[in-house]
Amino acid sequence: MTETIEDVESFRLRARAWLAENMPRIDPEAAAAEGEDDDADWLRNRELQKKLYAGGFAGICYPKEYGGLGLTGEHQAAFTEEADGYEMPLRLNTPTFSICAPVILDLGTEEQKQKYIRGAISGEIVLVQFLSEPKGGSDLAGVITRAERDGDTWVLNGQKIWSTSAYAGDYALCLARTDWDAPKHRGLTMFIVPIHHEGVTLRRIRMVAGASDFCEEFFDDVVLPADSVVGQVNDGWTVASRQLVYERTAMGGASPYTSGRRLRTPDKNRRTPAELAADLGRADDPVVQDLVGRWRTYDRVQHHLSRRVVQGIAAGTHPGPAASIMRLFHAEASWVERDVAVAIAGSQIVGVGGEQQRPLQMQASEFLMRQGASLGGGSTEMARNLISERVLGMPREYAADRDVPFNEVRQGR
Amino acid sequence: MQLDLTPDQKTFQATARKALEKEVPLTRIREMVEAGEPFDRDWWAAGAELGWTAMLVPEELGGGTVSGEGLRDLAIIAEEFGRGVVPGPLIPVNVVLAGLVEVVPDQPHHAETVEALLAGEAVATWAAYEPGEEWAPLAPRTVAKPSAEGFLIDGTKDRVEVARSADLLLVLASAPEGTSQFLVPASAPGVTITPTPGIDLTRDLAEVRFDRVEVPASAMVGPAGDVAALVERQLQVALALQLADTCGALGSAFDLSVQWAFDRYSFGRPLASYQALKHRWADQKTWLEASLATTEAAVRAVGARTDDAAELVSVAKSYVGDRAVEVIQDTVQLFGGIGVTYEHDAHFYLRRATANRYLYGTPTEHRQRLARQLAG
Repeated sequence: MTETIEDVESFRLRARAWLAENMPRIDPEAAAAEGEDDDADWLRNRELQKKLYAGGFAGICYPKEYGGLGLTGEHQAAFTEEADGYEMPLRLNTPTFSICAPVILDLGTEEQKQKYIRGAISGEIVLVQFLSEPKGGSDLAGVITRAERDGDTWVLNGQKIWSTSAYAGDYALCLARTDWDAPKHRGLTMFIVPIHHEGVTLRRIRMVAGASDFCEEFFDDVVLPADSVVGQVNDGWTVASRQLVYERTAMGGASPYTSGRRLRTPDKNRRTPAELAADLGRADDPVVQDLVGRWRTYDRVQHHLSRRVVQGIAAGTHPGPAASIMRLFHAEASWVERDVAVAIAGSQIVGVGGEQQRPLQMQASEFLMRQGASLGGGSTEMARNLISERVLGMPREYAADRDVPFNEVRQGR
Repeated sequence: MQLDLTPDQKTFQATARKALEKEVPLTRIREMVEAGEPFDRDWWAAGAELGWTAMLVPEELGGGTVSGEGLRDLAIIAEEFGRGVVPGPLIPVNVVLAGLVEVVPDQPHHAETVEALLAGEAVATWAAYEPGEEWAPLAPRTVAKPSAEGFLIDGTKDRVEVARSADLLLVLASAPEGTSQFLVPASAPGVTITPTPGIDLTRDLAEVRFDRVEVPASAMVGPAGDVAALVERQLQVALALQLADTCGALGSAFDLSVQWAFDRYSFGRPLASYQALKHRWADQKTWLEASLATTEAAVRAVGARTDDAAELVSVAKSYVGDRAVEVIQDTVQLFGGIGVTYEHDAHFYLRRATANRYLYGTPTEHRQRLARQLAG
């Protein structure tokens, strides 16, 4: 039985009318939520999601049986275009809609889909990920958070870190080790963990330049029911790998499950290197012009490189792992921007008063966070491994833990 | 460099590659360099028949494209020239053609020159550098004084490509109305062409002296004293083709280097198995892809004359100019001692990319140009 779906243009017109009638316009004067005080903003995002759901414009690409509309990526793209200029629940896009819900849709049980996907689409549930651990970020399959069976339940102990937005979430996809006798990839299980639950302690991480969305969590005998398992017991790596694929897709801006577009965060203290040079009266200095030109070069090259790699992967001229080329270049381009800005500022970056104080403080903070661009979302060292091994076909790195029971794998401190 | 070639463009590319591999393989280029031989004029005329001079010329003047986007078609050929470090007048002739076709509507007598260049019967080159100066085509010391017949040209140009083989020189000179451009026959009395040894062995450079060289008024190319837009167009075409040429040379050097990674063994294992070296090749691959991406964007923009064409050629020159040379130097490092011998091919790519890095504005000059564009 096939059902005719609404054509994109008619959907677009309906969306346009509904948005104008129901969604609030972006207030250009509103200041961006800063630091740890963003509870109101999260509440607002949930309210906006509920509005979309009530109006029949939520979960556009999710199946109808789980609260979505069952439409295509083109419908979503049309809606996103129409939604420019309106407040949208952008905080829910990643990881809730672009990573967690798609994984549950692919690998979850019927009950999990009904509860979590419908819950997310209706604005009741925010989903996050508990993946990385303090002992290592790049070696994800080496996690040592443990879940042990206790009758009909599981008992979770351990620690996670770098979980984005976890403080504002309701449930997390949590990768834990359930079989220590199996080699590392084969003894893992993915669980759905309620965040506000006995035994879970959550802390927001303070970064070098202030607060962030990153959290760390501690698990002390957290009791989970049997139906918390996503996918199969000891097959958690399959689930985690799927999450990573969705994560890369989302970071490349290609997820069909996100709604609304985040334009550059408005902040009256943010300056491009060209603006900074003008503000400091240095735009005519040939050395500064060389720096500004270098920033502009990397900014544009990055744009064209992303377009080339995305197009190449789609056309088959480039293998899928070529996506790491974009990741590696992104880090370099970010470094260039940070370094150029500081070089243009010269000694004023150390600290000055007056009109330039806040803009220069912002540049200084971003410079201190410079390496974040080559760490977050997989380090550039891992990207170089992937490019050389999966794109150029060079031999894989030796791994001492390959095919070894995990409890025999040597662990550092 | 360009990912989405049409079937016709792929044929165009394959035909050119086959012709170049047959006629001017690197072994033959080495012989030409040893003997100090310039490119063969019959070979060039045959290339013209394959379309190497037609892509920027409108159909009504006898030209025509492969895909409807002539500069993108021509960039395919330029990349093949770079890949094989092929000598010849591909870029100079097409830059002069790009200028001439701009002015033919107002100066229809230049159509004859277009026809000769198109057929490969004549060769032309752009004389825009002057001794001791960086890229400043609009501020020449060469002068064009009005005479009874037209103009008397006096001055010196250098870094002139293929001058030894050229029939016509497109010369920028300071005239009473301001900087103007003239087409000067290389055989005119008073023209002295002195070859100058250069860093790129595949590039025939010369210094050209003009000593009271008389040309008719009809030699003027473009409006008297108002050639800024024309020179910008010629520059953009020159840069787009030069960048494609560099991408070709860079691609060849990178391919050789990756092959070496698998073939060369040290301590019983291939170089490709050492992480410290693998990461270098990963960087090189990333920078190669970035070079191809920005070059393709520049070629498209110049070809379509979009508003951001001036910006995108400078972006690409700023990036590829420096990066290509750095990557090729790194491939030399990975080849080891053999990489700095004459016998090895790496230096041909290095020479080509280095000459391209500096001609038509250095990467630094293009970064400064970008900054000035942003400042408005």
